[in-house]
Amino acid sequence: MKRAFKLEGLNCANCAEKIEREVKALRGVNFASVNFMTAKMVIDGDDVMFDEIVKAAQGIVARYEPDVVVKKA
Amino acid sequence: MLFSPYQKRIAEIAVGSMLFLFAILFEAGSAARLLLFLAAYAVTGSDVILRAVRNVSRRQIFDENFLMSVATIGAFCIGHYSEAVAVMLFYKIGMLFENRAVEKSRRSIAELMNIRPDYANLKRGENIERVDPDLVSVGDVIVIKPGEKVPLDCVVIDGSSTLDTSPLTGESMPERVREGDEMPSGTINLNGLLVARVTKSASESTASKILDLVENAAAKKSKSENFITKFARYYTPAIVGTSAFIAVIPPLALKGAAFGDWIYRALVFLVISCPCALVISIPMSFFGGLGAAARRGILVKGSNYLEALADTEVAVFDKTGTLTKGVFEVQEVVSKNQYNNEEILKFAACAESFSNHPISLSIRRAYGKEINSVLISNVKEIPGQGVIATVDGHFVAAGNAKLMQMHGISAEDPGNAGTVVHVTVDNDYKGCIVIADEIKEDAAKAVSDLKAQKVKKVVMLTGDAKSVASIVALSLGIDEAYGGLLPADKVQKVEELMADKSTKGKLIFVGDGINDAPVLARADVGIAMGGLGSDAAIEAADVVIMTDEPSKIPVAIKIAKRTLAIAKQNIAIALGVKGAILSLGALGIATMWAAVFADVGVTLIAILNAMRVLKVRVLGSTITKPLNER
Repeated sequence: MKRAFKLEGLNCANCAEKIEREVKALRGVNFASVNFMTAKMVIDGDDVMFDEIVKAAQGIVARYEPDVVVKKA
Repeated sequence: MLFSPYQKRIAEIAVGSMLFLFAILFEAGSAARLLLFLAAYAVTGSDVILRAVRNVSRRQIFDENFLMSVATIGAFCIGHYSEAVAVMLFYKIGMLFENRAVEKSRRSIAELMNIRPDYANLKRGENIERVDPDLVSVGDVIVIKPGEKVPLDCVVIDGSSTLDTSPLTGESMPERVREGDEMPSGTINLNGLLVARVTKSASESTASKILDLVENAAAKKSKSENFITKFARYYTPAIVGTSAFIAVIPPLALKGAAFGDWIYRALVFLVISCPCALVISIPMSFFGGLGAAARRGILVKGSNYLEALADTEVAVFDKTGTLTKGVFEVQEVVSKNQYNNEEILKFAACAESFSNHPISLSIRRAYGKEINSVLISNVKEIPGQGVIATVDGHFVAAGNAKLMQMHGISAEDPGNAGTVVHVTVDNDYKGCIVIADEIKEDAAKAVSDLKAQKVKKVVMLTGDAKSVASIVALSLGIDEAYGGLLPADKVQKVEELMADKSTKGKLIFVGDGINDAPVLARADVGIAMGGLGSDAAIEAADVVIMTDEPSKIPVAIKIAKRTLAIAKQNIAIALGVKGAILSLGALGIATMWAAVFADVGVTLIAILNAMRVLKVRVLGSTITKPLNER
């Protein structure tokens, strides 16, 4: 499954890179990208694990950028 | 009273600066001065420190908040009060500008791509309702008023108007539409009232596909972006490590070295330990480049392709549908032995009447009369040669010189830039029909502009005869032309050309995206033309040109080069300034003032520089705002 998320309030490009790297490394993720300019995160992951992946990704975002709100795009 | 976060930050900076200025007025060493400095620091820096504490508790020690906090608190500890406050103040001002600049560039790029429809006027019975385009289904009838965006791909069922397609194609010439014409979403209805039937749902419509493509383009990162990401990963830990080393080792190892002096030098390092300038400005430059290209109807599927385009060394074009219009027309009929032109056309059209080959179609169009298929029998198509048939009792052969040879007739091509169909009736040579494909108006300009962009070799590949290929090539100024190629031969030819070029140079292949998927995939950059409405082309290519103008290719290369140049400038500025301050800092020459400039100032310069990509003037054309923005 592939889904896009809006990272509202994403202001730190360095954090975007770090978030991308960690989300990519999550189990069940085939591909992930965080686009700093569009403030969008795209996750392509296993259907069965997708809810878990999203939860884990939200955790990663919260750790690096606590002020960012993750929304469904 | 409630403040927006932005107002709050401005207020913090204003109050902090006032307190800072007051503090300077007091005598050095006085308690009042120290108190005022502390107050200024608390007002400006408390949120940075809070965030630092929070992040450290999450084990994010190389976080910039943390580094700034350590640097400024350290400065306080060794008695450099004014610098501690100033660094924090400038850091905050810099962040404020940085966020504004990022916001602004995000907005201006979004504006360039302002094709997302906001609503659709759905017709239900006699009523018209304004609804979300997502709620409209295929087959529904919508109304588009003058000045409105076409919300979904649809076909006109009533009314006529002119359509501004520039938001999609960058083309300023409006297009006329009337009943039966298709309209892609994202274009703007200029004057008439249009009633249309929806042909594609919102998510399948052209506008969403383009937006999707542009917004996801940055997922494929360029080498410079990957370099910066890697660099950033090691830069901060390395600088922080060096800083710790400078603070501790020299005072212990060198005689007479003061701790305070070396700690100050270490703090200078901490202030410039954030790679922000690079990490922000490089993706911003590339995104700007992608946006600037998209605005001109050039969709680039990733920064890596933009990077490759800038190094184009060999440009390979498919002929039909790319350099030529792909529409075959009978140019002339040459009759031998006073035979009637009409008769030649008639026999050829009858013989070819069962074929759907573009050549056959053009002959039938030129003949223009009803064909009585009862009179035609024994039709046999000979691939690569032509067709033989019995027409009204006569044996007819229509095809190239090879076919004529098979029947023992020697026929000569008249030497025009076209495909020649010789016609014999009962083995008697009657004459030939010359069919040609018209060359696009901007094809020659495309080739000369490519040369101006330092593309070393322009090559043309075609399935047509070699003679046709060389005549077209000559008239366009193309360096090499290869004719008579089957699709598999084209892949092989491209591979040969790839092996021939330098290792750094890139080969681009431009086709119409219909039959050339393998070649598009094989080239460094595969470019498909006429993407508007062709899903296959959008799928197969790395770059999609929305219009069918080959002259957009040099434009794409120019934008790519400009983007790369700006990205490189930014890398050079950031690394140069940081490197200089680091060396001067280690020697004890650079102050914390210089360091905070190096950090914040360079980031701002890099961002402003990156924004220039959007303003590229390309070969005389400028970016025009969408009409509805005026």
